[in-house]
Amino acid sequence: METKSIMIVGVGGQGSLLASRIIGNVLLSQNYDVKVSEVHGMSQRGGSVVTYVKYGDEVCSPVVNKGEADIIISFEQLEAARWLPYLKKGGHLVTSTQQIDPMPVITGVAQYPENIIDKIKGLGVDVIAVDALALAEQAGTSKASNVVLMGVVSQKMGFDESVWMQALEQCVPPKFLELNKKAFALGREVK
Amino acid sequence: MYMKKLMLGNEAFARGLYEAGCKIASSYPGTPSTEITEEVAKYDEVYAEWAPNEKVAMEVALGASIAGARSFCGMKHVGLNVAADPLYTAGYTGVNAGMVIAVADDPGMHSSQNEQDSRHHAIASKVMMLEPSDSAECKEFAKAAFDLSEQFDTPVIIRLSTRVSHSQSAVEIQKREERELLPYEKNPQKYVMMPGNAIRRHPEVEERLRKIAEYAETSPLNKVEINDTKIGVITSGVAYQYAKEALGTKASYLKLGIVNPLPEKIIKDFAAQCETVYVIEELDDVLETHCKKIGLDVHGKDTFSLMGEISQAIVREKILGEKAEEIQFPENVPVRPPVMCAGCPHRGLFYCLSKLGVMVSGDIGCYTLGAAAPLCAMDTTICMGASVSGLHGFNKARGEDAEKKSVAVIGDSTFMHSGMTGLVNIAYNATNSTVIILDNSITGMTGHQQNPTTGKNLKGDPAAAVNLVDLCHAIGIKSVRVVDPYHMAETEAVIKEELAKDEPSVIISRRPCALLKYVKHNPPLKVNENKCVGCKQCLKIGCPAISIHNGKCVIDHTQCVGCGICKEMCKLNAIED
Repeated sequence: METKSIMIVGVGGQGSLLASRIIGNVLLSQNYDVKVSEVHGMSQRGGSVVTYVKYGDEVCSPVVNKGEADIIISFEQLEAARWLPYLKKGGHLVTSTQQIDPMPVITGVAQYPENIIDKIKGLGVDVIAVDALALAEQAGTSKASNVVLMGVVSQKMGFDESVWMQALEQCVPPKFLELNKKAFALGREVK
Repeated sequence: MYMKKLMLGNEAFARGLYEAGCKIASSYPGTPSTEITEEVAKYDEVYAEWAPNEKVAMEVALGASIAGARSFCGMKHVGLNVAADPLYTAGYTGVNAGMVIAVADDPGMHSSQNEQDSRHHAIASKVMMLEPSDSAECKEFAKAAFDLSEQFDTPVIIRLSTRVSHSQSAVEIQKREERELLPYEKNPQKYVMMPGNAIRRHPEVEERLRKIAEYAETSPLNKVEINDTKIGVITSGVAYQYAKEALGTKASYLKLGIVNPLPEKIIKDFAAQCETVYVIEELDDVLETHCKKIGLDVHGKDTFSLMGEISQAIVREKILGEKAEEIQFPENVPVRPPVMCAGCPHRGLFYCLSKLGVMVSGDIGCYTLGAAAPLCAMDTTICMGASVSGLHGFNKARGEDAEKKSVAVIGDSTFMHSGMTGLVNIAYNATNSTVIILDNSITGMTGHQQNPTTGKNLKGDPAAAVNLVDLCHAIGIKSVRVVDPYHMAETEAVIKEELAKDEPSVIISRRPCALLKYVKHNPPLKVNENKCVGCKQCLKIGCPAISIHNGKCVIDHTQCVGCGICKEMCKLNAIED
């Protein structure tokens, strides 16, 4: 199988590391060769962060370059716009509708673009936009919006729900498992 | 036991240390190397510690090796500069039990102040260096390094990079091979490096390099992969993965697992089989220079950059002339630089410094973000500890006026690493400098490691804690003050008082990192819309939780930890509990 590429993008602190670990475990359980590339350190402090997940028969490079991503999962609208050039033609974008102003917008030297999702759809991109934060809060905590998005993307990636549940069990502390399962289920129902 | 697991390169490296029977690990945290030591600490059979700096860590590892235990030290690329002193002489002494050093380079500077290429240290110290390209190799190379260290009587450096350290790929787990301590015998000719002995060790070092180069000709760590021979690629580390993904079977590969010393024959033989040879390596032209030295006609930095990371896209474009199609968002996308977290104790302190308009001699840590807008409260950042010593130099050069208008800022861990010696210099050589220690009770930037001031060791067990106030007094600083940076008015007053004094002083700005699990937070604050006039005063502290929408300030309840700094900023009392 040709190597498939997924990107998880967002703002440092939104929980993209957990998301990448869940997907990585799902893929490993399906006997794919998998590489997951994370960013630690400075850029984690509220900066734009990206995690790459690649799988196939043999994965070489751990990173995804422009025009290569089959799926981009975005935790925040502006980040979806930022990383859009990485999406392959015909690829899917799953994005949370959450907006977090970056510092140049807060200090007033830049503007947060309006109607980002509509503009991306206007480019002919397949977009699923979901209020992941609201669904996560419905599940019990705003922190689970990453797992809500896993639920959404699970529809695009295939694999049995049980496989995803198993990966959740591997990656989430038992204390938070039920809550995260609920968050996942809410994401999986999104149309 | 057979089991395949997704592991970070660093985690796999730690597994390799464990399986190889490593007994002692001493490191200083540094992105992207930190997790090796954190992971190896999880194995009870390995003693692991955070040393105050990389020089100490390497000396601990060498001491353990001389004592007969397989040992390890890990650091980031700039850490190896700090540890260069023991490294260069450890090259002369060699080892007793195996000693492995991990150094993690950061091409692209994801989390570093420069992008130096650590291979130069291996060449200059004449120490063997290996370079893995994925997690499985991290484990395999770590194990091989111990054997090679003992076989050739040398420390062995393993060069990692951000993409190798921080990528997860599948690793097969094996059992630990328990090893008895090797006998320790006093051997001053080998271990006392005074001129008379060192002069006899140097020829051994040269002979060892020759032997390792000979070994490298047939070592399984160097791999030849012949496909289409129109293009030949000589490469190492993650650059191999980029080349392989871009070119697949359209090229042949010589992947060098041993990057110092480099072999000659295997490279010449490979080049002879290929029409055009490219050397693909990140950062400097180390492999290329060697190829040219042995008379080969290769392409290298005429095609690829000396700066930043390589990628499959770059290889595809430069060698095949292919470029992927891109979808562009039709508008300008504002940048999102990293910022101090909501509730960060450094924020209040930097706001005070910004307001006072003093020259700020900065250092390495989360607080380097104080340089960013809107606080803009940092003038210099060079390396660990340079804030303190640099301030002394600045003040010696510019005199009394400068002393009244300048401070150094340095974190607790960085101060223990190499700030203390600078403070000794301030006291001893007398400038009326003001040094602010940002004591957030943890090593923050690298992800919460304990340090000698926190009262806990790497395993989280209680440990002796350096008392910073007593330490500064002992150094000879009489005026030592402690402030809480959440109380900005008081903090500002103390800074002003200390700047005015005709003696050196230290201010300890003390409050634990807001991300520490034990730190209890207040509920998120709210903006009273009836009181807020949108004056933007609260935006001056650069808190990521505060933004302005429809002319009113809004506090993001998912980020706010109720630190109250913004409340102190708001003159209209519009921010409420």
